[in-house]
Amino acid sequence: MKKEVLKIQNLHAEVEGKEILKGVNLVIHAGEIHAIMGPNGSGKSTLSNVLMGHPHYKITQGEILFKGESLLSLKPEERAKKGLFLAFQYPTSVPGVNMISFLRTMLKNARGTEISVRDFRKLLEEKMLLLEMDKSFAQRYLNDGFSGGEKKRSEILQMALLNPEMAVLDETDSGLDIDALKTVCEGIKKIFTPENSLLIITHYQRMLNYIKPDFVHVLADGKMVKSGGSELALELEEKGYDLVLTP
Amino acid sequence: MSVQNLDIGTQYAEKYGFHDPEKYVFKAKPGLSKEIVEEISWMKGEPDWMRQQRLRALEIFFKKPMPLWGNTEMLNSIAFNEIYYYLKATEKQESSWEEVPEQIKRTFDKLGIPEAERKFLAGVTAQYESEVVYHSIREDLAKIGVIFTDMDTGLKEHPELVKEYFGTVIPAADNKFSALNSAVWSGGSFIWVPPGVKVEIPLQAYFRINAEKMGQFERTLIICEEGASVHYIEGCTAPIYSNNSLHSAVVELIAKKGAKIRYTTIQNWSTNVYNLVTKRALAHEQASVEWIDGNLGSRLTMKYPSVYMVGPEAHGEVLSVAFAGKGQHQDAGAKMVHLAPNTSSTILSKSISKDGGRATYRGLVKVEKGAENVKCNVRCDALLLDEQSRSDTYPLMQINEKKVQIGHEATVSKVGDEQLFYLRSRGLTEQEAVTLIVKGFFEPFAKVLPMEYAVELNRLIALEMEGSLG
Repeated sequence: MKKEVLKIQNLHAEVEGKEILKGVNLVIHAGEIHAIMGPNGSGKSTLSNVLMGHPHYKITQGEILFKGESLLSLKPEERAKKGLFLAFQYPTSVPGVNMISFLRTMLKNARGTEISVRDFRKLLEEKMLLLEMDKSFAQRYLNDGFSGGEKKRSEILQMALLNPEMAVLDETDSGLDIDALKTVCEGIKKIFTPENSLLIITHYQRMLNYIKPDFVHVLADGKMVKSGGSELALELEEKGYDLVLTP
Repeated sequence: MSVQNLDIGTQYAEKYGFHDPEKYVFKAKPGLSKEIVEEISWMKGEPDWMRQQRLRALEIFFKKPMPLWGNTEMLNSIAFNEIYYYLKATEKQESSWEEVPEQIKRTFDKLGIPEAERKFLAGVTAQYESEVVYHSIREDLAKIGVIFTDMDTGLKEHPELVKEYFGTVIPAADNKFSALNSAVWSGGSFIWVPPGVKVEIPLQAYFRINAEKMGQFERTLIICEEGASVHYIEGCTAPIYSNNSLHSAVVELIAKKGAKIRYTTIQNWSTNVYNLVTKRALAHEQASVEWIDGNLGSRLTMKYPSVYMVGPEAHGEVLSVAFAGKGQHQDAGAKMVHLAPNTSSTILSKSISKDGGRATYRGLVKVEKGAENVKCNVRCDALLLDEQSRSDTYPLMQINEKKVQIGHEATVSKVGDEQLFYLRSRGLTEQEAVTLIVKGFFEPFAKVLPMEYAVELNRLIALEMEGSLG
């Protein structure tokens, strides 16, 4: 039997007193790719923020287990160190902070050990090549002045370096043109191993053409309303959310 | 946000607050009088004109009221009568490192001076107390005719040069504290660069206060002749003391036609020091003067490096950063005075306030009538790390000429929750995340510093950011 990596049980969460998640359930095993789709305002981004421990959101009920251990009392940085990763929909920029030194700090913190400049450079160059990124990228300031596509690539580069057991991709496809989407998805596929698990959160089906999910779930009004295989994504694309969700 | 719980400089005392037991050859009585000033001048064996000049300055100091602007409450709490105005730690100047007394050497060791020297120092004047005790100048500098010495030696060995320029950029009567400095000055650097000589390596001096209730009044004068260039660096760290200390320096720069001067300062006074400094430069035709000014520490800093562009096509630049922590007020800024056509200037000021600290930008841009085609660009960025901290901006513009291009931009920002969450999701603690954001904010400043100073600045920032998180 495969190991349970992520288990979400009856999760309720609110922001500023408004309940957004109203009892979400989900189990992800090692090596599985899941996709959560849903209309705007269904709670997709809330779910990804809550998984990573955003302090603005309050969990009122339920449980999140990561490798059998509750995440609820853990800070975002502690979750990261346990092997959870979130690729942001809108990564913020930090002007003045060099990409290369940030990436090294990130890796050092996640691993809990130093990595030599030489080893790090080698690793970074390897991963950048994988994502077809220009070398000059590493010399820029963290997400500062990046285009939408560059920001998403930067997120996936961070994921590639950290090699997390569980990665949540929050609308990684938004803001990407077809070519960029293809490169990013190919990159994700190259770094994905049977030990990793993926949770892809998306509004559209197009990303799932490149990365085929094992399971697709539909989130609406803070609840999982439907689950199925990858064919469900196609059905949603074809008929639209309203039709699929109407009983 | 719980960043407000950061405790500023918890380890300051052990890391920077070291101090040696006081052992001085000469220590004047505390307080200020004609007798004290006479005594200082006599001890130094000065020419009569300097003695007279000191005495005139003292009268001006007594007559001038305290400034009625700025942080008057802090200013008025300075107890002038409890301050020592002159100390001499050892009797004579040391010519080589080996001859420096062991105890003083230890202090310098902690400050990393020998190490810095091993790197690429041209010369070191390390100011220990009011007198320069250690001074070295590289032979090749002397060979090309560059004078780099402490001010007292400068006065002894080059009296005609000193007499010609001393107090011409900043007269004693300029303000109360320049008057005080002119009366009791001691130490500081004197630099003269002959025409056309470009000094490739930065000239550096370390300043340090080490006595309780002691004032430090160094006086620096840099003259760069036609087409010459020089980069001067001063860096300060000071030990912690319970009583207030006064630092009131005067720095005068003269850049002649086509000359270039860059003056870099990183100051990290202990948080009881009043740091009231007057810095002004004259930039002649096609000359360029840059003030790179980093203010960490001190209780109150009031400092507005200025450039008077007196010749056509002169250029002035101020790049300053300030870090105001608990109980601190950094009142810093810049003055750009355009007195000739086709002159240009830029001001970039960046400040961080934390734990109720206060940062003020106070700036003046002045364009005289007839100074056509002046270009000036001012930018002030303030970063507030918590709700208790404060930032104010007082940009004054006096433009008396129509054909000018003046730009002003000011931003006040807070460390964003989204920025913090993003960095924390990558494994950084909240404190590490804030420190990283702060370092990034100071990056435009750090990148113009020589490597070793940039490293030191980053270390100081990390130190300032250290503390317990709630």
